[in-house]
This record gives sequence, C-alpha cells and structure tokens, in this order.
Amino acid sequence: MAGSGPDEWPPTGGRRGSLNGMRPPSGDLPASSLVRPYAVTGGRTKPRYQLQIEAMVAASHYEARDLSVLSPECQAILGFCRDWRSVAEVSAVLRMPLGVARVLIADMAVEGLVRVHQLDHAQGRPDLNLLERVLSGLRKL
Amino acid sequence: MTSVKIVVAGGFGVGKTTFVGSVSEITPLTTEAVMTAASTGVDDLSHVPDKTTTTVAMDFGRVTLDAGLILYLFGTPGQHRFWFMWDDLIQGAIGAVVLVDTRRLADSFPAVDYFETAGLPFIVAINGFHGEFPHSMQDVQEALSVSPNVPIVECDARGRASTKATLIALVEHAMAMQMSVR
Repeated sequence: MAGSGPDEWPPTGGRRGSLNGMRPPSGDLPASSLVRPYAVTGGRTKPRYQLQIEAMVAASHYEARDLSVLSPECQAILGFCRDWRSVAEVSAVLRMPLGVARVLIADMAVEGLVRVHQLDHAQGRPDLNLLERVLSGLRKL
Repeated sequence: MTSVKIVVAGGFGVGKTTFVGSVSEITPLTTEAVMTAASTGVDDLSHVPDKTTTTVAMDFGRVTLDAGLILYLFGTPGQHRFWFMWDDLIQGAIGAVVLVDTRRLADSFPAVDYFETAGLPFIVAINGFHGEFPHSMQDVQEALSVSPNVPIVECDARGRASTKATLIALVEHAMAMQMSVR
C-alpha cells in the first residue's frame, strides 16, 4: 500500500509494509462490534482484488519471520488457514464482517503471507469437466 | 484446492438452512456482510463511521467432494432488498435451488425472477412438509410460470438423501444447459 489513495483512511503517507500500520485501536475489538467494523482495515473497504465468497485461502509456507508485527486479526487468519479455508469460513469462524475478511486476505495475499485459489470467473460458470467432477463427488456421498 | 458453490434460495422459513444442514459436513455457519442502510453497494462504509449499519447474514454449509474439491452451499439473505448481495453470491456459482413451500408459493417469485433474469441454472424443489405434496408438479410449474425446461423436484429438506438428490438434479441441469448451447 504505497502512497495513500482515495479509499485509505487514515492516510498512511506512503509507508510501505501495509500490514504494519493496521492495528486495531487500543484494547480488543469486541467480537460482535458493529460500531467500527472497518477499524482493522484502516477504514479501507475495497480489497485490492475481488475475492469470491468461496475463494480458498491457505497460509503460505514461509521462513520464520516476526509475525508479531501483524494485527491480531491477521495472525488469527494465518492460524485458522493452516488448512485450506474459504473466505466465508474466515468471516464466520473468526467473527469478522465478510468485507473485512476480503480486504485483509487480499492484503495478505499481496504480501505473500497466504495463497488464494478461486476459479477464474471471467470464464463464467464452472465448465463441464468440473461439473462432472462435482456430480461424481455428490453421487458418492 | 478448488471450491465451487451452489445457492439455496426461497422464502422466509421455507427451510433453506435445514436443507443446507442436512447435507453439510459441518453445522451451518453464518457470514455477515456489514453495510450502511442506505448503501447501494456491498460494504460501502467509506463515509461517516457512525452511520447506521445493517448486517446481511448468510448461512452456509460445506461438502468435501474429493481430496481437492469442496462444495459450499450458501443460503440467500432473508431480505430481498439486498440484491447486490445476491449478485455477489451467484458470481461463478454452479446454480441455485429454489425451495418452495406450496402453501406460500408467492414467496419464491422474487427468487425465480432473479435467477431467470441472471441466466443462472436453477431448479425448483418443492419442500414437502410431513412428506405431503398436495400439489402436482404441473400445478407448481404453472403457478410459478417457470419455463418447462426448469426441473421441478420434490424434496424433504430434513433428509440427507433427499437434499443430495436435489443437488444432483441441479448439477445435471447445469450440465444440460451448457451442452445445449454448444
């Protein structure tokens, strides 16, 4: 997040290391607070790129680095996503609004902290091969 | 790891979450989208922080289909006015199941209209209460005025076998629709 764009508040004045600046206000954010749900994203509501609600997320295998610079929300996401999880599950289980989860996960993906996988929706709907695979899986349930 | 999704729609109290829960390998979870009451877009909170917010909740479940493929089932939000959330939900979806309670057929009109307009593959599943299906499928088809190409099935949202069969019917319909445009 180099430089401050129109959707950044408060402006970060060009500071690099986008996640370093994103700490919640002092004290814990109440789990069900609706007052300032976007406090953890510094007021940003637009993720860097569009994540599908069912996009899959997994923590990257990276060398040990100091995770304490990450916000509690990001650390929680990394812990939860040791196995592949969907954006929806991150939102539901970690109790953060869907939009907040999307912003944070997109940031973390850009920083290389998580891998994200989603179908290329420019292609429209799942193709016949994938549908066949879905059918196969359903029949075996 | 690949994920796909199917949307489950229908009027309030028709049994969407029951349907999802019957086949899901996890107890249904709820994700909430937060937005301003007057907002036209999702998560539009770029304005005054203490503007009145509203949450749109969606229940969902998960079915692991094979080692590399997971299916998510999302219930549509209860309130129809959040159409932009529906737009978000149907993006890249396999299709939708519209659950219908024949005692309150009109409740499912908005969902049927929406999916027809969006061109999303969908089927109608008549949720029979106490195993009763007092109307014929033809009655339902006429009342909903859906195209004869839209499959109408009977379903018991409480039963795993029945919900599984309904999902299979939807996927088969989605495949048939793709093959017919080749």
